[in-house]
Amino acid sequence: MICDECKKRPANVHLTKIINGHKTEMHLCEECARAKGELDFFGAPEFSFHNLLAGLIHPEPMGIGMTMPSPYRTPRKCETCGLDYTDFTQSGFLGCSNCYADFHQQLEPLLRRIHGSTRHVGKVPGRTSGTLKIRKDIESLRAELQKCIAREEYEKAAEIRDRIHELEGKLNESA
Amino acid sequence: MRRVEGGKDLTARNYRVVRSMSLKDIIEKTLSAWMKDGGPEADVVLSTRIRVARNLNNVPFPHVASDADLKGVVDAVRDAVKRSPTLASLQVLDLAEVSPLDRQILVEKHLVSPQHIGQVKNRAVILRKDEVVSIMINEEDHIRIQTIFPGFQPEKAWELCNEVDDGLERGLDYAFDEKIGYLTACPTNVGTGLRASVMMHLPALAVTNQVGRVLSTVSHLGIAVRGLYGEGTESSGNIYQLSNQVTLGRTEEDILENIKGVARQIIDQERGARSYLMRETRRQLEDRVYRAYGILANARMITSEEALRLLSDVRLGIDTGLIPGIDRKIFNELMVLTRPAYLQKLMGRELSPPERDVERASFIRERIKEG
Ligand SMILES: [Zn+2]
Ligand SMILES: [Zn+2]
Repeated sequence: MICDECKKRPANVHLTKIINGHKTEMHLCEECARAKGELDFFGAPEFSFHNLLAGLIHPEPMGIGMTMPSPYRTPRKCETCGLDYTDFTQSGFLGCSNCYADFHQQLEPLLRRIHGSTRHVGKVPGRTSGTLKIRKDIESLRAELQKCIAREEYEKAAEIRDRIHELEGKLNESA
Repeated sequence: MRRVEGGKDLTARNYRVVRSMSLKDIIEKTLSAWMKDGGPEADVVLSTRIRVARNLNNVPFPHVASDADLKGVVDAVRDAVKRSPTLASLQVLDLAEVSPLDRQILVEKHLVSPQHIGQVKNRAVILRKDEVVSIMINEEDHIRIQTIFPGFQPEKAWELCNEVDDGLERGLDYAFDEKIGYLTACPTNVGTGLRASVMMHLPALAVTNQVGRVLSTVSHLGIAVRGLYGEGTESSGNIYQLSNQVTLGRTEEDILENIKGVARQIIDQERGARSYLMRETRRQLEDRVYRAYGILANARMITSEEALRLLSDVRLGIDTGLIPGIDRKIFNELMVLTRPAYLQKLMGRELSPPERDVERASFIRERIKEG
């Protein structure tokens, strides 16, 4: 048997992965297996779930049926780190935590395929629990405040400032 | 390797010099806690490992982060560790300052992944002295906390992992989203970021050709199984690792319950298969395990693949009571100690593959004689 990867050397490492009844087999030479980080099972602390991702990331349908001019065009790039969504479909890695927000629309069906769910129900960081949302709100209000000031909408700015103070008060209470 | 624990840095020089010291003592000093003690259900379960993936807010994930970003992560985590009353005693190892051989040993001891030592600049690992806790910094995610216990101890492993996570979190701003949880570089880890893995020795299921059936059954339950070094569902050494596939939409407790339930079933089936073999084919089994013992006790050259296969048979002999007088933990120990880097560390020099086979054989002979 010849190595699946280099198609040159004989395959002497055989890997089987079974996920939800779906079996994939890989036959690799020692060199390629090592390169893939699969050989040393003492070394590979965990099953490489990442490799499964490729089969789950479906490229967006292109040119099938009508292309609707949609006002909700899905963003192609993360505003924070600049990662292109197609980079993700190739590498399986997102660029930053904000990618989850910017690629929300594309990621949701993917998360459903991987996990059967899109909603976290587990642990919440102790330090941020409860206050997380408040802090996020303050952040966006501050951004809005700057815009108002730039536009010289002082009345509205004052309103926003009051709301920020109110939220900050809440934050201090729960701290 | 920068190591604080004096006794731990067991270079070959020590090995040769303290040759009067028994091999057992030396091994005692070099192995992580999980390899020494059997733990619950040790006849089938070798180890239980929990890891959680965490990232810092507003810092790109390691694979695209700049050197400055990566260094910032290492510094921030180092700082959080120092300031935490529960974590302050942990030791931070800068991977760039660790020799290549010692890095490989970290991999062989399961303390870091092979990927983690692929690139060492601004990469670090944080270890508890007994090596039950290890934290990889700037691997696939900024932070990966791992706890590893001997035998079947998912609750204990999670409890400790959770505690370390709490300790770190006090000094760090984690990337967390209320809707989808802890944010990770790869969406297969998002949510809890939790991966629970149970490493099992399943020789009787393998001999009775039931591994495939058992494993494909459990794979319907959101559990992934990997068996290595073998065709199809075979694995020399008969070692299989179960891991949860799903990390989002379930609580940590649910994830643990699920993998515990599945592991329990497999433990029962493996034990059932062992008693079946003892009842129906005792002679053949006895012959098989003693042949393996005979080779390990006498071979002059042995590859790690063959060693693993025979060690599996001997271990089955020990667990079924067919081979009395040998401690079963010998199996866990030798699996790690006969890996290439560890072997070279013990011998104190680089070894070509044939030399390794010679040293491995002699090392196993000696260890088996000590019992
Ligand atoms: Zn190859
Ligand atoms: Zn991004």
